[in-house]
Amino acid sequence: MLEISELTVSYGPVAALSDVSFKAEEGSITAVLGANGAGKTTLLRALTGLVPVKKGSARWAGTELLGHRTEELVRLGVAHVPEGRGVVTELTVDENLRLGALWRKRAPDHGQLIEEVYGLFPALAERRRRPAATLSGGERQMLVIGRALVARPRLLLLDEPSLGLAPLVTLELMKTVRELTRRDGLTLLLVEQNAKSALSIADEAVVLNIGRVVLSGDPQTLAADDQLRHSYLGF
Amino acid sequence: MTLFIDLTLNGLSYGAIYAAVALGLVLIWRATRVINFAQGALATLTTYVAASLLDRSINSWVAFAAALVAGLVFGAVTERVFMRPLYGKPELNPVVVTIGLLILVESVAGAIWGSTDRGIAPPGGVSQSGIILGHTYLDFSAFDIFILGSVIVLMVLMLVLFRWTSLGLKMRASAFAPEVARLLGVRVGRILTVGWALATLAGALAGMLVAPLVFLSPNMMDPMLVYGFAAAVLGGLDSPVGALVGGILSGLGISYIGGYLGSSMETVGAALLLIAVLSIRPEGLFAAAKARRV
Amino acid sequence: MSLIEHRLPGAKSLERLRSQPLVWHLLLGVLAAAVLYLLTSSVSFYDNTIIAEIAWYAIAIAGLSVLTGGSGQISLGHGAFMAVGAYGAGLMMEHFRLPLVVPILVGIAAAALLGTVVGLPATRLRGPYLAGVTLALALAVQDLPTKFSSLFNGDSGIIVNQATPPGGVNPQRWLAWISLLAAILTMVVLANFMKSRFGRALKAVRDDDIAAQAAGLNPNRMRVLAFAVSAAAAGLAGGLEALWGGIVSPNSFSLFLSIQLLAGMVIGGAGTLIGAWWGALALVYVPQWTNSITSHLSSASTVTANLQNAVFGVLIIVIMMAAPSGIQGWLRAGYRRLRRRPSSLASALSPPLDLSSTSTPPERTSP
Repeated sequence: MLEISELTVSYGPVAALSDVSFKAEEGSITAVLGANGAGKTTLLRALTGLVPVKKGSARWAGTELLGHRTEELVRLGVAHVPEGRGVVTELTVDENLRLGALWRKRAPDHGQLIEEVYGLFPALAERRRRPAATLSGGERQMLVIGRALVARPRLLLLDEPSLGLAPLVTLELMKTVRELTRRDGLTLLLVEQNAKSALSIADEAVVLNIGRVVLSGDPQTLAADDQLRHSYLGF
Repeated sequence: MTLFIDLTLNGLSYGAIYAAVALGLVLIWRATRVINFAQGALATLTTYVAASLLDRSINSWVAFAAALVAGLVFGAVTERVFMRPLYGKPELNPVVVTIGLLILVESVAGAIWGSTDRGIAPPGGVSQSGIILGHTYLDFSAFDIFILGSVIVLMVLMLVLFRWTSLGLKMRASAFAPEVARLLGVRVGRILTVGWALATLAGALAGMLVAPLVFLSPNMMDPMLVYGFAAAVLGGLDSPVGALVGGILSGLGISYIGGYLGSSMETVGAALLLIAVLSIRPEGLFAAAKARRV
Repeated sequence: MSLIEHRLPGAKSLERLRSQPLVWHLLLGVLAAAVLYLLTSSVSFYDNTIIAEIAWYAIAIAGLSVLTGGSGQISLGHGAFMAVGAYGAGLMMEHFRLPLVVPILVGIAAAALLGTVVGLPATRLRGPYLAGVTLALALAVQDLPTKFSSLFNGDSGIIVNQATPPGGVNPQRWLAWISLLAAILTMVVLANFMKSRFGRALKAVRDDDIAAQAAGLNPNRMRVLAFAVSAAAAGLAGGLEALWGGIVSPNSFSLFLSIQLLAGMVIGGAGTLIGAWWGALALVYVPQWTNSITSHLSSASTVTANLQNAVFGVLIIVIMMAAPSGIQGWLRAGYRRLRRRPSSLASALSPPLDLSSTSTPPERTSP
């Protein structure tokens, strides 16, 4: 279980997150929703040590995540796919995937894991020797998700995977993400501005507004609440 | 005709040295967006290390290797002590620190070993006299061949390292996308130190190769740094291949200009050529075709 | 913004003055001139030559600072523009008998012309690529006098016959006056330049040239002009250096000079004109101090011979690490801290400070 409590982050005098607390069950998908600037990305960046945390805790499977250096978190089973810029465009598709296995000194299975990703996303397999810069937006998302899988995480943090994707591609991607989490029993924190598609696959949802949790609960109930949809989710 | 051949061969060996300097600059630029003006001075220091070992009649190959190892150490120390506190500060600052380091290191070398020129023999007593092919004397010695060979070996080793090892993959990922690399468990700080160490090793090699051609003095590497920098800019600061091509082209160009127009035209000609090339390709010959983000 | 705004009876009219940059800068300039006149009259002849040296360093650094601070471009070859200014002025003085201002202006024009020529390809170059071109330029210009020896008299250089001062004024004091007057004029012009519509447009181009383009500015033309202005300042500094040294030779304009100017700029604080003076002071006095120290030392000659440069190198490193925005940036930060929390001492010594105007001056009456 991921248990976040009273997480507070500020950029100078501005509070980006104030006392954010919620829990995510192991093996579940939690959608973190909210408008631009609500603090969704900051939440993920705080969990992986990319922004300094003022106070609070985040326990994952009994271990405190906060206070670790970013490069150690992958060793705790946490994979963070940052927003928009996860692909290293100067490297080939294959090299991008190999990055996922680097943290394990001896990773005898990494070739097999990479082949598995190619099996999941045949479009990537065709381009494995090409620079990642040549991929389309949807293929780039497949690549970063695939790379996260190669790192064999237990907790996956996905930041706006649907950003810039066509609705049909988004739908396809969400389905894949759900299948993968089910298959591997991953715990997924899915940050999305596209609330509709995220709610369609989530088990739980948390809504942030100006750095605070304003609502949390069952996705269906949230999706049915007109007022909530209008004020925070924009659909 | 023999003049042309001599100038070409001479240009090749100097070009190889410029290429090694340029490679050192490119490695650091790619990883940390810093032009390391101290690279030449550090290379002078490593050459002095070798010279002091030679003075104690230590085997010349051991001295040669010691200079390279000293390059690794000096590079790592420079990154750790002087560069690390400056990441995230105004981008001019680390560059100016390397200029300060250049001045400091050269004066320290002068204080320890004196400012007078001293000769240094090629390792293993490799001959420096020209070869006679048939009936023509070529101004190209066994040591010139050694220069070309060792720079080629350096380039190949770097290529293998970057392309086919996981350290190389980590280095490239850290250079291009440090945050992604950290999220995937790469200790980017350590990788940067390794990068500076390797880059300074390339400089140290250039120092050991040029010292027998000129003389060893505290500012021996100043012209090498300037031409190496020009070569790196010419080839494209982000491209190790560009460093090699830029180095060889600069070596040849400067050799021809000096040979046909007189040595006082070398710098003028080189400057004009550089301006001409950059006017056409502002980011060097091997610039990655990259769309500028808006 | 950087000056104290006391709530004093004259504050209103002072603010009105400040809203007119040209008048304000001229006023500051006249004030500085008066102070410096008193200074030059009260110090020794030797110190006057030092003052002249500081002045031409400050001019050159200020020019470089406008380039880097204004348009974000880096030049490693400003010594070359100084050389052009010095040779331009020197040749005029050698061959013609003209009022001093004419050769100096010729030097400025020559440097500005070279600045424009270099500035044209430089518009397309970024950061280190531009640094590479200017570095090559610095070396090339240094070699030209040897190549065209008949005109420039090669390595030995040309002798500059100093203009005779009027009415029995001591030559050193005369030199200090000329240099200071030129420096003050340069500061006024450059301050105005940066405050003008053009200077602001230049900063917009530096920060985001695509947005600036969208706003109807022509980034390339602005960069070229910034380069020309910066080179012109260096040319003036070169002309004064020629007067100061009495000789123009390639050795005075080595690559080391260009590097010194860059270091002086960053030590003082890139992009600020006052910082240029800190940089100039450092470039002149640090070697002097180390020399006076080494003259008392009796250690090995190689150590004393290299101490001056070693100290210079250490100074550059320490300032860059301890005060990343240079001396002026450090002073400003200190002043701002003082202003936010006036210590008991400061509040006892000075009238209450206006706390509301940390970033923007208080409301102004429009002219």
